[in-house]
Amino acid sequence: MDNVFYTLHDFFFHTESITYLLIVPVLVGITLFWKFLAEKEDE
Amino acid sequence: MYENDSTDEKSWITPFNVVAGLIVVIGLVITILRFTGGLATVTNLSDYNPWGIWIGFDLLVGVALAAGGYVTSAAVYIFGMKRYHSAVRPAILTGFLGYALVVLALHYDVGRPWRLPYPFIVQQGTTSVLFEVAACVALYLAVLFIEFSPAAMEWLGIKRARNLVDKLTLLLTILGVVLSTMHQSSLGALFLIAPSKLHPLWYSPFLPIYFFITSIIAGLSMVILESTLSYRYLKHKMDEVYLKEKNDVTLGFGKAASFVLAGYFIIKFFGLSSGNDWRYLGTGYGIWYLVELFGFVALPCVLYAVGVREKNLVLIKWTSVLAVLGIVVNRFNVCLIAFNWHLPSSERYVPHWLEIGISIFIVTLGILAFRFIVTRMPILYTHTDYKDSH
Amino acid sequence: MSISRRKFLGWVGAAGLSTVWSGPASAATTKHFEGYPDSLGVLFDNLLCIGCRTCEEACNKVNELPPPEQSFKDLSVLDQKRRTTAKTYTIVNRYNSSKGPMFRKIQCNHCLEPACASACFVSAFKKTKEGAVTYDASVCVGCRYCMIACPFEIPAYEYDKVLEPRIMKCTMCYPRVIKGLLPGCVEICPTEALSFGKRKDLIRMARDRIHRYPDRYVDHIYGEHEMGGTNWLYLSGVPYTEVDMREDLGVTPASELTAGALSSVPMIVGLWPVLLTGIYAINKRSDKIAKHERELAVDQAEKAASEEAAKSKAKEDS
Ligand code: SF4
Ligand code: SF4
Ligand code: SF4
Repeated sequence: MDNVFYTLHDFFFHTESITYLLIVPVLVGITLFWKFLAEKEDE
Repeated sequence: MYENDSTDEKSWITPFNVVAGLIVVIGLVITILRFTGGLATVTNLSDYNPWGIWIGFDLLVGVALAAGGYVTSAAVYIFGMKRYHSAVRPAILTGFLGYALVVLALHYDVGRPWRLPYPFIVQQGTTSVLFEVAACVALYLAVLFIEFSPAAMEWLGIKRARNLVDKLTLLLTILGVVLSTMHQSSLGALFLIAPSKLHPLWYSPFLPIYFFITSIIAGLSMVILESTLSYRYLKHKMDEVYLKEKNDVTLGFGKAASFVLAGYFIIKFFGLSSGNDWRYLGTGYGIWYLVELFGFVALPCVLYAVGVREKNLVLIKWTSVLAVLGIVVNRFNVCLIAFNWHLPSSERYVPHWLEIGISIFIVTLGILAFRFIVTRMPILYTHTDYKDSH
Repeated sequence: MSISRRKFLGWVGAAGLSTVWSGPASAATTKHFEGYPDSLGVLFDNLLCIGCRTCEEACNKVNELPPPEQSFKDLSVLDQKRRTTAKTYTIVNRYNSSKGPMFRKIQCNHCLEPACASACFVSAFKKTKEGAVTYDASVCVGCRYCMIACPFEIPAYEYDKVLEPRIMKCTMCYPRVIKGLLPGCVEICPTEALSFGKRKDLIRMARDRIHRYPDRYVDHIYGEHEMGGTNWLYLSGVPYTEVDMREDLGVTPASELTAGALSSVPMIVGLWPVLLTGIYAINKRSDKIAKHERELAVDQAEKAASEEAAKSKAKEDS
């Protein structure tokens, strides 16, 4: 994979794209984790 | 359930309906002009002024004023202020309609509206603040739709799905707050890229924070205003719980709005001092800035406070009008008035009356949709089947 | 390199994750980016420009733009303060400067870190390795945020088109340049006020001219650092503000201006759910305790009442 960035813009494009992709599993993950944490207490 | 039909029949031709009907007809005519003649026929947009009131009002003000949904549901479901429960549904409805209309308005504004899904399905401009705004607005519209759906499903009698959505309340509320925080602030961040065009008094690295905080003020004030107007015109649709909690909501939200305004006032001053922009205060723009800061931030803050202390509901209600106007003033300043301040007046933007026509048309659609839904679905009252579910 | 849609989509899935760790360049944001090393550019020297408008004409021709309102032979338009429009990628204006009439050619500056590209939410703009910033109308939605963003007020919009309005701006004649031809305006210029070449060579050339004629030129190559630098460069005999070029733009590249706000997104996504769920849990817990205490109190009251009753009953009995 070509990892040389010549411009800040390309660099941000790369990092931001990955950030957006990570957001989805992160939101699902944190929800499931809370379920796991709180499961035993409630009803 | 449909007892209002009798009243509708005898007074179908009310002044309200006539005016609304007229606006809708004119709006449709302008719509045809817009989509047959292009932006140039109905707008005063130019190469120097690519954004007019369809962005300044319909998008920026629209999204801010639709913040009541996340503010109220967060207060009730997250911060545990259960006594405001009856305010949640009307606030969610206002929010949902608000966002739906924002998206509708964008179809008028962008050059090729049928491509609005492109940022998601064709090519993602992830470095753009607008990409984030678009993604959050789209997602949040979906969240609001789901949050609103129980009312529609109660009306239609779809119980199972309704109960399923009810279980998701907390999840949806948190998602709503996350998405709102992101896009409310990002609407301010849109202008970070243009320091050379926005007047230094309004340009600040804190713009996203300003926009986020003002969205809370807008949300709180809109709930007060909306409940006042509903009480005035749709009182017969309210149940005792709503009527009992209504004044509580006004006092509580007025108190919150006052305090948030105070915080906003403070950070605006810190912004001013960290940008070292004092010297602009003596100029024409500076005076206008002070008018905004004192007339539309400090004044409503004080008036709300007095209203809350003296339990003066009328004062709080009128203050909510002032606070909402303050949001309009602020968004207009950032997007239109202080934007392109460096240009000679001949190059500045003044909206075309047909642009204003579309904005009025869209607001009218919102009011009509609100009335349509509130007179049919359990928004201002609890459906008999679900009386003790909360 | 350019990052294409295919590449973006290629990141979806597990393969995407590996790039997070494998990308050496993503190690730090404080990294400095120099731009494409051999990118091309144009140097405009306003001491050599005679305001003949032939570059306007050539640009019109090579880009097949609609015929102008006033003939290119008509030099009276020079005194109007014109800007680029949807029908003209470049224009020349005349200014009465401290050294007499002075001309300025305006067109896209092909920024090293283009604000338009940073702003576009469908990535319609690309910074090519040749230096040109190109635009792809086939994805453009027409939001016009690029026009808001461009500090040089270059992109124009076809407001009068109904079905296919486009953003219009100078392409640095990208289609010609990759074929080895000169940009139309550079080729036609009769006085060599426009020079085409590698950006780094142009900067050297400009420095050289300033060095050789220090009293003729202002000691500033416009575009060397403005907004992070541009591929179109300028030399001037008078302070740039006299020819209406803004000197207050600063040197911060556009993408850096919004980077802070964008980087707060993942922080919100990561921490807001934690914070909000925490507040919810605290409230729920205090609700539970309150409920429990209420029950306890009720219990006690009931117990006390029954004890009282039992006592009084016992008293009665005795
Ligand atoms: S001058 Fe404007 S349009 Fe041209 S590359 Fe720079 S930001 Fe984009
Ligand atoms: S108008 Fe087109 S090119 Fe400009 S930012 Fe919007 S989508 Fe991108
Ligand atoms: S480089 Fe080409 S497109 Fe740009 S101004 Fe010159 S002729 Fe026109």
